Amino acid sequence: MSSHAPVLMIIVPLISSLIVLLAGLWRKRLSYPLALAALSASTIAAFSVLFSVMDAGTVRYRLGGWAPPWGIEYVLDHLNAFIAVIVSSISLIVGVYSRKSIEQELSGDKIIYFYPIYLLLVTGLMGIVATGDIFNVYVFLEISSLAAYALIAIGNDKRAPLSSFNYVVMGTIGACFYLLGVGYLYIMTGTLNMADLARLLPPLYHSKVVLVAFAFFVVGVGVKIALFPLHAWLPNAYTHAPSTVSALVASTMTKVGAYVMIRIMFTVFQPSFSTEVVPMASILGWIAAAAAIFGCVMALAQTDFKRMLAYVLIAEVGYIVLGVSAANRAGMTGAILHILNDAFMMACLFLAAGAVMYKLKSVEISDMGGLYKKMPLTMASVVIAGISVVGVPPTAGFFSKWYLVLGSLQAGNWQFAAVLLFSSLMTAIIFFRIIERIYFMPAPGPVPAAGGQRNWAPLDDIPASMLAPILVTAAGILVFGFMSGTIVSRVIQYAVPAGW
Amino acid sequence: MNIDFIIGKYNYWIYIILMMIGFYAMIAKRNLIKKLVGMNIFQTAIILFFVSTGSKRGGATIPIIEGGHGEVDQVINAAHYLNPLPHVLMLTAIVVMVSTFGVALALTIMIYKRYNTLEEDEIL
Repeated sequence: MSSHAPVLMIIVPLISSLIVLLAGLWRKRLSYPLALAALSASTIAAFSVLFSVMDAGTVRYRLGGWAPPWGIEYVLDHLNAFIAVIVSSISLIVGVYSRKSIEQELSGDKIIYFYPIYLLLVTGLMGIVATGDIFNVYVFLEISSLAAYALIAIGNDKRAPLSSFNYVVMGTIGACFYLLGVGYLYIMTGTLNMADLARLLPPLYHSKVVLVAFAFFVVGVGVKIALFPLHAWLPNAYTHAPSTVSALVASTMTKVGAYVMIRIMFTVFQPSFSTEVVPMASILGWIAAAAAIFGCVMALAQTDFKRMLAYVLIAEVGYIVLGVSAANRAGMTGAILHILNDAFMMACLFLAAGAVMYKLKSVEISDMGGLYKKMPLTMASVVIAGISVVGVPPTAGFFSKWYLVLGSLQAGNWQFAAVLLFSSLMTAIIFFRIIERIYFMPAPGPVPAAGGQRNWAPLDDIPASMLAPILVTAAGILVFGFMSGTIVSRVIQYAVPAGW
Repeated sequence: MNIDFIIGKYNYWIYIILMMIGFYAMIAKRNLIKKLVGMNIFQTAIILFFVSTGSKRGGATIPIIEGGHGEVDQVINAAHYLNPLPHVLMLTAIVVMVSTFGVALALTIMIYKRYNTLEEDEIL
């Protein structure tokens, strides 16, 4: 059973998406438990793959028994087994949360169609992570993107379809550029298998076709992860989507895209190509630095909590790419650790935004005054995730930022270290503004009758199925902070390309 | 740049021209349907590119094992057959593109129902 775990973590959500659809059409209330069962199975499979990778090194799975490079091969090493666990755990946590939230935000029978598409999105993401074939990545990239387009537009927000439409246009450009890159590499080498490409490409590194292919890959993936200046689709799409969907796509899709970027740059192409033949540190580094500053400046200007988080996400993508572009051990460790931390920080913040939406029917920052009285636990989670985004020590965000700054300094790019510190200051302003609003400002509207009486809610008055995921992600941020040394020494140090 | 370079690789020139037409329409057109048509041209250009890389002139055959039925089995020399893989890749890509187009058209219908127009300037 465990020998098939690499494919089970993808096949289970894929097949259950059909089963959940049929079962949902028969009995509406079956959708949720069946979807959760599928997500749990996928998560268990992902964990079992990670443990076998930690025990015995890279796991290879031949689909249909065909030997690579003819057949498609799933290759899971420390890097993508780790990302697979992050993606499946986050989708399970968000899946638990989804029930009450979408009951309120979706109208009529759309819930029946929500869960199958949700499972397809997870299928696509897990597939991108697991596969060792670059064309297969394209197919899964489009499965996950198509599911995301549909999920973003499924809500009742009037502006959602147009945001999703712009995402379709931009996302298609990104995917097509990626496909062109695949085509150019295929012309040069005649293979699509990543390991085979890594073997055949080095003599061709100075061919213009290979350089163009590399450029197409980076730009195509750059659109998919909303790297500044290709980010224009993201804020609208993530703001107008239903809360559950925002939480899922914000915390997983950009991270998986960043993984594809790392995989192309350092596995398909050798690290020496990405740093010496192409001046990556100077190009991607500056772009990422601009993204980090732009995201923070724009976030500061927002009045809508979800839209503000979307801009913070753009800055976070900048951090990850900054770590990748440093192209040394510390920078790469920081980037991979930040993929984990950012997935949980974004999940926690967007889930909390969903809870605020559930309670107040609005996510305007000005409506959040004095909210700690109504939702003490949710707001405490917002504080934990917020200071983690800023990078205050015991939280996880501090450690990944530490590695990122260290990586920039070791690469001799002190200006990028300065950018990281500057944007941390900006996020501090952003989140302390929110925290001040929540804890020290009165609630808007009529002031309740004075009497000195404590009117704290006993618990956050939101369903337990919504509160628990928020608390789990917030606890995760603290736990990963304390465990970051273990995570780096057990997993991430093997995920960094050899020789650094 | 001599004329042979252009004529000898005419399939790539056609794909690039088509792709740029589509790209222009996706970015510059303000009507949502025109954007989608541009997107389709863009994707079709990529299909053309892939298929043309797999083509071969003058009596190319299919990649099978020759002989059988008592003769000596031998694999056809790679230079003589037509590589089917780009075409197979494009079958998959066509499926992806059709579904993207379908999702985009469904979104356009939703947009039209809510705004009663498909001109981007009037919506915003």
